Amino acid sequence: MGELLKLTVAEAAAKVAAGEVSGDEYFEAWREAAAGDELNAYLWRAEDGAGGAEGPLAGVPVAVKDIFCTEGVPTTAGSRILEGYAPPYTSTAVRRLTEAGARVLGKTNMDEFAMGSSNENSAYGPVLNPWDRERVPGGSSGGSAAAVAGGLAPCAIGTDTGGSIRQPAALCGIVGLKPTYGAISRYGMIAFASSLDQCGPLTRDVTDAALLLGALQGRDPCDSTSVGLEGGVEAPSREDLKGLRFAVPSELARDEIDAGVRAVFEATLARIEDLGGEIAEAPLPHAEHGISAYYVIAPAEASSNLARYDGVRYGMRKEGARDLIEMYESTRAEGFGAEVKRRIMLGTYALSSGYYDAYYGRAQRVRTKIAADFTATFADFDFVVTPTSPSVAFGLGEKTDDPLAMYLNDFFTVPMSLAGIPAISIPAGLAEPEGGGPQLPVGFQIAAPAFAEQPLLEAAYALERAIGFEGRPEGAGGG
Amino acid sequence: MAELEAVIGLEIHVQLSTKTKMFCGCELSFGDEPNVHTCPVCLAHPGVLPVPNEQAILYALQIAAALECEVAPRSIFHRKNYFYPDSPKAYQISQYDIPLASDGRLGDVRIHRAHLEEDAAKMIHLGGSGRIHGSGASLVDFNRGGTPLVEIVTEPDLRSASEAAQWARLLRETVRQLDVSDVNMEEGSLRVDGNISVRPAGSEQLGTKTELKNMNSFRFLERGIEAELARQRELIETGGTVEQETLHFDPTDGTLTPLRSKEEAHDYRYFPEPDLVPLAPTEEMLREAREALPELPAARIERYGRELGLAEDVAALLAADPETAAFFESAASAAEGVEPRVVANWVTGELAAALRQDGGEVTVTESKVEPDALAALAALVAEKKISHGSGKTVLAALVAEGGDPAAIVEREGLAQISDSGELEAIVAAAVEATPEAAEQVRGGNQKAIGAIVGAVMKETKGRADGGEVNRLIRAQLGL
Repeated sequence: MGELLKLTVAEAAAKVAAGEVSGDEYFEAWREAAAGDELNAYLWRAEDGAGGAEGPLAGVPVAVKDIFCTEGVPTTAGSRILEGYAPPYTSTAVRRLTEAGARVLGKTNMDEFAMGSSNENSAYGPVLNPWDRERVPGGSSGGSAAAVAGGLAPCAIGTDTGGSIRQPAALCGIVGLKPTYGAISRYGMIAFASSLDQCGPLTRDVTDAALLLGALQGRDPCDSTSVGLEGGVEAPSREDLKGLRFAVPSELARDEIDAGVRAVFEATLARIEDLGGEIAEAPLPHAEHGISAYYVIAPAEASSNLARYDGVRYGMRKEGARDLIEMYESTRAEGFGAEVKRRIMLGTYALSSGYYDAYYGRAQRVRTKIAADFTATFADFDFVVTPTSPSVAFGLGEKTDDPLAMYLNDFFTVPMSLAGIPAISIPAGLAEPEGGGPQLPVGFQIAAPAFAEQPLLEAAYALERAIGFEGRPEGAGGG
Repeated sequence: MAELEAVIGLEIHVQLSTKTKMFCGCELSFGDEPNVHTCPVCLAHPGVLPVPNEQAILYALQIAAALECEVAPRSIFHRKNYFYPDSPKAYQISQYDIPLASDGRLGDVRIHRAHLEEDAAKMIHLGGSGRIHGSGASLVDFNRGGTPLVEIVTEPDLRSASEAAQWARLLRETVRQLDVSDVNMEEGSLRVDGNISVRPAGSEQLGTKTELKNMNSFRFLERGIEAELARQRELIETGGTVEQETLHFDPTDGTLTPLRSKEEAHDYRYFPEPDLVPLAPTEEMLREAREALPELPAARIERYGRELGLAEDVAALLAADPETAAFFESAASAAEGVEPRVVANWVTGELAAALRQDGGEVTVTESKVEPDALAALAALVAEKKISHGSGKTVLAALVAEGGDPAAIVEREGLAQISDSGELEAIVAAAVEATPEAAEQVRGGNQKAIGAIVGAVMKETKGRADGGEVNRLIRAQLGL
């Protein structure tokens, strides 16, 4: 059994396809592993493994962020306001995975409505980082990242609005891919910021990320903004980086990066050169305004997206209200957590008549400029690279009182989200946290032009092999 | 004080008669059990996305073409945010700064804009006033929620309540003939609100306007506007000022009451709907919309005046109904030697009256009267082969049993007395039989001739030509 858990998804799927292992057996092994969750990674776990036996992912258990609607299965988005809610339909992403033979292993914990970078904003308690249980796993897809890193799932899906796949993947030492906006359908994915939200895989390696992306991507008639990836996705096989040009944005080389993270980043740049890639600094003059623009646009859209949670049709309703307005107010006061309320307030303000142009309008103009910066850079370069996060995993409670410090976690990931381009975080090494302690994973982010997922995966694959990251948290199940 | 001139603009909501709702696949219905035509999308479950209805877009383009509007190459859907149970998302998807269509005209009234949006659900308030305030409980029926609507906004070009009602009728006929809506005011598939103000006659400035709602028939529209104009005139004439507000017209007692706004503070926080891409009609869609246009009432009225010399009121009566118009055109072309305006008078006058007398249950085209028969009848009268009175008798027979007018004339012996000797003898006898009248006519009382004419007609059973009889009487009396 233990041997089965050591396999990557691609390896296991090959064995299932070859008839060496049954899909049921593989799923059951992971179900037992998931049952040992001490990280609070899961909010719900499957009790049996009924599911597909055919397809490229036959028998593969997938941990699904609790933001994806699953028919008849509790779906909370990490919020009290959806406690007890079981949707009447299934999201396209989950449906596509199960159509490829995969099975839902469980629903993973997350920051409430995907708002957070530490998973401490879940109404159901924080997720613990499997590398150090005193530290956060990152967020908002913290449960998915911790489950994969902690040996509680072979792979997972999450959502990334400003870094919510890439940052927890980095902090947990796994691979996290945010595809191009529109590559994967958003239908059934509970909306946080509609123009930024994108589904993506969290996996042990790049090959598994490609495998899941291949199953997930595609135009969906239920999502007008989806387009899919032309030509699909193939297993990456590139071994060098010859002839490829990597841009290091000069504006993002800031002092705020931890020394340990910086060291790993620079070592990784050296590896790229070893593999034949070229490195050069390139200007992304507006990227440093990304956080400011993001924290206007995302809350603005969220304030509208979250207005439907009113206690009228589903989810929590605070009883005892004397009239409609009181019912709205008491339901939402009790149902939402502090960070969600903060962002609803921010977003409502930013959209208010008289302020729209100064905030939302200006933020959208900044977004356009950031996208144009990337376009200009990609005229000369194949990829843009940065550290995924300025620090390794920080301590639980360390930044909860300082929202701005928390928001800066997204500094390197937000510009790609605003530009809608694909970006992957791969584990690049270990570094000691500022202030000392055991070594923790560091993520390396590679971003590519829109819809250039295949070249991105190829480059990440070549680099992954060269890095040879073997780090696993102590005591983690799996491989 | 100068006379106060009325300045009226209308806002019209047209429910489109598509098969399904604007953004989901639910069937449209009227009068079904509550909440049977719903799905996760129109109930705004978490994670759902809107998908625009192509048929609705085509219908809206037809309306835009009929109103001679400019169609925007890329119009944008916006979210109009407000909390109310009739709006499950807590926002309505509508169009804001770039509507589908603008700058059109219908008749003498300029069209400011026409845009696509979705209808709200229907609220039923139990107990109290029938409005939410003071009701014991409120129920929501989501069957209507999400019905495609086209909102049409006119420029303030109307100058009286009757003009407004008249123009609204023209709009209804226009939309009805496009066959894109049921345009039933009582069922709410056509809803007309008024923007009403007054100003000193001759002034170019607009006064403060009020918005008038709930006028669910043309009669109420006219009465409501009359009432509001009277209120505003009285206010101003007694030194008061008009407040900008929304008023609810109660047709049972003609009163106007201010409506509470949906949110106390009226800020809809519009922003572009991130779940939808811009609406960019293809050349083919535009062509399809233009080609689907029948000849519309306004164009028909104009053509009848220009080509056939009809008076505008008669032309409008004919053009209001495409079947009546077709009947008229067929009769007019069959009626040799009869002017079209004479045939038009037969259709709108005598035929309409005869059908009313017959019970009023059948329309012109359903009646037994064939266009050719009406044409033949008009010719018989025009050629003085039968009198106008006999013509009516023939028409009554045609309405009752159909057939050929000439045969009816023959059968009923209605042919005009063409032997002038015979008629002269009858006239002489009549003058002799009415000596008092004869004396009065001789004395200059022209009206008294009617008694003599009556006697002649009685004797001839209406088979005499009225003009000829008059001439003969006067000759007999030596005048």
